Amino acid sequence: MKIIVLLKMVPDVVEELEVAADGQTLDTEFLRLIANELDNHALEEALLLKEKYSGTVTVVALDAPEVDDALFTALAKGADQALKITDGDSAPSTLSGAYRLAQALSTVPGLLPVDLILTGAQAIDDLDGMTSPLVAHFLRLPQLGIITQVSVNSVAGVATVLREFPGGVRGEYEIQLPAVLGIQAAEKPPRYVPVSRVQVAMKSRVIESVHVPTAADGGVGLSPVEEMLKPEVTEHAQMLQGSPEEVANQLCEVLAGRGLL
Amino acid sequence: MAGNVWVLAEHWRSKISDITYELLALGKEVATNIGAELQAVLLGHEVRELAQSLGAANSVLYLDHVALANPVPESFAQALASAIRARKPRAILIPLTNVSWEIGTLLAAQLEVGYINACKDVRLVEGKLQVRSVLYGGKMEALVNPAQSTAILGILPGARPADHGRAATVPMLEEVTVDLAETSSVQLKRYLEPEPGDIDISKQEVLVSVGRGIQSRENVRLAEELAGALGGAVCGSRPVIDQGWLPLSRQVGKSGAVVKPKLYVAAGISGAPEHVEGMKNSDLIIAINSDPQAPIFNVARYGITADAIDVLPALTEMVRSRKKEAKSRAA
Repeated sequence: MKIIVLLKMVPDVVEELEVAADGQTLDTEFLRLIANELDNHALEEALLLKEKYSGTVTVVALDAPEVDDALFTALAKGADQALKITDGDSAPSTLSGAYRLAQALSTVPGLLPVDLILTGAQAIDDLDGMTSPLVAHFLRLPQLGIITQVSVNSVAGVATVLREFPGGVRGEYEIQLPAVLGIQAAEKPPRYVPVSRVQVAMKSRVIESVHVPTAADGGVGLSPVEEMLKPEVTEHAQMLQGSPEEVANQLCEVLAGRGLL
Repeated sequence: MAGNVWVLAEHWRSKISDITYELLALGKEVATNIGAELQAVLLGHEVRELAQSLGAANSVLYLDHVALANPVPESFAQALASAIRARKPRAILIPLTNVSWEIGTLLAAQLEVGYINACKDVRLVEGKLQVRSVLYGGKMEALVNPAQSTAILGILPGARPADHGRAATVPMLEEVTVDLAETSSVQLKRYLEPEPGDIDISKQEVLVSVGRGIQSRENVRLAEELAGALGGAVCGSRPVIDQGWLPLSRQVGKSGAVVKPKLYVAAGISGAPEHVEGMKNSDLIIAINSDPQAPIFNVARYGITADAIDVLPALTEMVRSRKKEAKSRAA
């Protein structure tokens, strides 16, 4: 079975985010990029499927700062091939990024046909769409998102997948292959790979750079961001100060006052 | 009629979703501001009677097709795309829930217009529509003016109170013909009900909820001890469930439970929109997080900038000794 995983670099929100001087984008000076969390789940699900059914996992990402680290980590975890799409927009939107990824998949020799394309069900910077349905749209493939389980019947050419619904209910769907799946959570937490193994991968493996000419955004005019800003706060929490014991004491006063003790 | 405001009337398992009423309340404001009518768009198969509760809209467009019997985003997007081409609404508000998740993205792609994701507000500013989109796990917001004739907006839960979108009047219904293939390459086979948990967290009066900041499975015990001292239960946000540190039945948020306890202690939870939608209506929210910028502090009543694993044991200790004192006083 052949699986492609689409990986996207996004700002690490553990770091403080600031608005750039243009007032419309993030200040990149102190920005640290990491692989989108749910894309890591997509990679994990792909590796689990490879272990179960055998086959290959190819990870494809648009060029971005720190992307090599993410791709070498994917190789160290068990991916067979890593591809970096170069010469693009330095900060593509989800839509233009998905368009370029779809273009790369259909023009780079040897990538298609494929059985499954997996990516995260969402990314924290999705402003103008989600990668999974967009890539499916551009490649004219069926898709489904918010997936937490995948099993494949290659003979019938279908996958059976579970999609999350509200309240812990899950829907079991059958989807024809090839298909694009937006992964919400892999069946196991993404595997940990020690830095030493990533370093080995950096020495022994290669990331293939593929030039795909920058294209328009798939014919869609994007609505520009007028302003980016920190959330408007109507009521910020009253912050309690002091040692753990001191704040515990203050909290107990609050709880007692409300009859919760 | 051109230029109207549409709301996708989401329903699931024979019931109109609460978010549909939230969107009707928001849509009514937008329609009034731009001098247009509000129309609910109901897609499904043999669900005509669901239109009766959509009276906050001026009218309901009803699209009935066997391919719309179950949530298959592609079919819903296709049906909406042809209706939008024919009627050219000014905007369509689409719920951003697990039921309707990809419909907005697919719809916009099919129509070749822009889509704006994760909107929490839509207003008329200086004669132009302006939406506020939530980005980076709630740490930033973007103001966007939708450029195209039909603005396709994915709206987060909680944009307006659902009660503002309920009305007793029965709306006018217009049936719209839909042309879709009978079969789809994506088919719902069945629903799997959640395995019953040991407790129903939506019925607890006190919840101690843990997020990524709890750092390890072992540390979940710290929250359990506090919950025990307070007479409540432990629950968690998505990353904790995905790690397998708590069972799925304890998940609060988009795919889990919506809870409204008297006390919700959020320990090491950043406050991403997917979590906040499940707990923001709790009576009292106390948040402990080491990141002073964490969005959870924007919904909490009291906040502590600290490591949850330091504060939880101290609080448990204090609660226990207070309760002991109270007991000995009573005796």
